[in-house]
Amino acid sequence: MQLSDINWFKYAAPQRFYPLAGKLLPWCAAVAVLLCVAGLALGMFIAPTDAQQGDAYRIIYIHVPSAWMSMVIYLAMAFWAAIGLIFNARLAAMLATSLAPSGALMTFIALWTGALWGKPTWGTWWVWDARLTSELVLLFLYIGFMSLHAAIDDIRRADRAAALLAIVGAVNVPIIYFSVKWWNTLHQGASVTVTKSSMATPMLAGMLIMALAFWAYCIAVSLARLRVVILEREQHTQWVRAELGVRS
Amino acid sequence: MGARRARGAIVIWNSASEFFAMGGYGLYVWGSFGVTAAVIAAEIWLVAARRKAIGNLVADAGPDESKDTP
Repeated sequence: MQLSDINWFKYAAPQRFYPLAGKLLPWCAAVAVLLCVAGLALGMFIAPTDAQQGDAYRIIYIHVPSAWMSMVIYLAMAFWAAIGLIFNARLAAMLATSLAPSGALMTFIALWTGALWGKPTWGTWWVWDARLTSELVLLFLYIGFMSLHAAIDDIRRADRAAALLAIVGAVNVPIIYFSVKWWNTLHQGASVTVTKSSMATPMLAGMLIMALAFWAYCIAVSLARLRVVILEREQHTQWVRAELGVRS
Repeated sequence: MGARRARGAIVIWNSASEFFAMGGYGLYVWGSFGVTAAVIAAEIWLVAARRKAIGNLVADAGPDESKDTP
């Protein structure tokens, strides 16, 4: 069977996507756990102590993956919100609302671990430099998206209003990413880009494996949340009642 | 990684206490890992609780309210 033989639009219906998400979820969760174990084993037991930062650098194994995911999830959220807005697609809007809490959590983890890394290396928990400030703005964008969505009773209007906020806020993501180039920041520049890396091999491998683990976790937990959102928003339909074992 | 250990090339920690001390940065490293683990556990718990709540809500609504609007 070729990919073109599959009717992808079939899965745009929440009722059809619900079981598909249920099938994908355990695989993503298993991949997340396995990669997390492998990444931490490599990072905590194989990778050597850093010559300059000592063992404080080991925070990198969660700081960088969570910071990457905070930006990736925002772009994914804005993308699906836009699809929902343009094509009036319910499932896309539900996916955007399902991604927001995970994105906010990743942003919080990036900020928290950043503070705990900043104290021993810079001597301060926080500075108002461009990288840290724009990442904090990202957290407020996630919170704003969720609050706005929750504040509007009509769910389809809530989807549209929140989508607008998500799309406008997407301008912040490149600002975060390039902030260390555009401004003189206390935060260091990128150690790893697509083409080059200044990190030692086991450190880099551990960090990349942890990044994949975070990626798999975020997909798993977002799919789980999406399934709950689908049930909530379709709760008056026959199929949800049947799915939840209620006689109708 | 086991092979690498067997060759005796790299041994970073000589004891468990050395591992937990993290070269004096234990508070920062474990403060990062601990809070991350806690908030991820909380996220999973919250999703599970939300799933349970919608299940109960629909079940409590009882059979057929004839409100079906697909």
